[in-house]
Amino acid sequence: MPASCLLTGSYGSTLRYKSVERMKPIGKHSLLGASGEISDFQEILKYLDELILYDNMWDDGNSLGPKEVHNYLTRVMYNRRNKFNPLWNSLVLGGVKKGEKYLGTVSMIGVNFEDNHVATGFGNHLARPILRQEWHENLSFEDGVKLLEKCMRVLLYRDRSAINKLQIAKITEEGMTISQPYSLKTYW
Amino acid sequence: MFRNQYDTDVTTWSPAGRLFQVEYAMEAVKQGSAAIGLRSKTHVVLGCVNKANSELSSHQKKIFKVDDHIGVAIAGLTADGRVLSRYMRNECINYSFTYESPLPVGRLVVQLADKAQVCTQRSWKRPYGVGLLVAGLDESGAHLYYNCPSGNYFEYQAFAIGSRSQAAKTYLERRFENFTDSSRDDLVKDAITAIRETLQGETLKSSICTIAVVGVGEPFHVLDQGTVQQIIDTFEIAAEQEDPATEPDAATGQEAATEQGTAADQGGSTDEGAAPMDI
Repeated sequence: MPASCLLTGSYGSTLRYKSVERMKPIGKHSLLGASGEISDFQEILKYLDELILYDNMWDDGNSLGPKEVHNYLTRVMYNRRNKFNPLWNSLVLGGVKKGEKYLGTVSMIGVNFEDNHVATGFGNHLARPILRQEWHENLSFEDGVKLLEKCMRVLLYRDRSAINKLQIAKITEEGMTISQPYSLKTYW
Repeated sequence: MFRNQYDTDVTTWSPAGRLFQVEYAMEAVKQGSAAIGLRSKTHVVLGCVNKANSELSSHQKKIFKVDDHIGVAIAGLTADGRVLSRYMRNECINYSFTYESPLPVGRLVVQLADKAQVCTQRSWKRPYGVGLLVAGLDESGAHLYYNCPSGNYFEYQAFAIGSRSQAAKTYLERRFENFTDSSRDDLVKDAITAIRETLQGETLKSSICTIAVVGVGEPFHVLDQGTVQQIIDTFEIAAEQEDPATEPDAATGQEAATEQGTAADQGGSTDEGAAPMDI
């Protein structure tokens, strides 16, 4: 299951920071990607750190999988929205546990759902139509990456707040790897 | 166990390093009517003997569903048992709400044990007077735990608690090696037979026993009286057919069971030296 994000951190509408990693592994089974306010993302990572720590401290062979983490995040985001103090992020949570693949998203107001392909922000408008057309159950990893790169290229061309520097993460039963940052070939 | 000067408070140690109030709480469990539990790789069965005060009254509810994947059978102060079941249901439902996943049994049992421990270390509280057999299913398989008023918990393949439970334990000890691979129906039959052992000669009827099952693809539920009676009838038929061969065995079996039963009721005499919770 591949996931990708650009390495940008904005300061208002200026693309100020160009090496911010917006994808992080969570526990043994999940990967979290976020868009929006980076400081809120860091706050979320702290919450999740604590969650995973307590989970590991039980030391009993059970572990929180992507589904559990996704639901926990939904609760957190929704609760903050109810207090009129949202965490200004759109989150994408993916993972594999015991052979079962999971992919879900949570918005800053707590809207959550699971699907075979999810995106945040402009990705919803530009990338998902492509994914709807071309995604199928038996995509190999390489084909998946090509598909994602196609989507990222469209976003690079059309989203004014995009830079040509991205990372791809690969999640499998064995674990996950996040690639080094690289650039896409563009055809202006 | 006899009255002594160290047994007034739960927060008073005896010179031998025992907390008598906790041990007395465990006595209360031994006085309650029997409850048994056994598990295979995929199913767990709980059973209990339901005694009613009189023919006019209904009987005590001793088996509680905690969640679709967890159930508990209690012995001892049933009021304490109800309160703890409510706590367990709360914990399960909160976990389910936050994580959309069933609470792993092992974690619930630890939380329960920690709750019981608090009552053994506060001068204004008393230990819960109820033993709980917690049966549940989670990712790591089928589990049966016993939670004790002392705050200890153990995992079992099969166990029995309450009065005359020794008879059931003996039966279970003989058969437990086969339980892991037992089918669900065989497990239920074994549970009913174990209950029969605790009845010591009284006729086994579905009105005095309750059986509950939880397993892979089978949420926790109590079997209805009709089903239980049918299973009981199949034994009686089998027993009648084997009459000549089993009669002498059955008779000696009953005697042995009664002897062990009385020994257990006389309680701590054999265990005077070691504190029960240390075993």
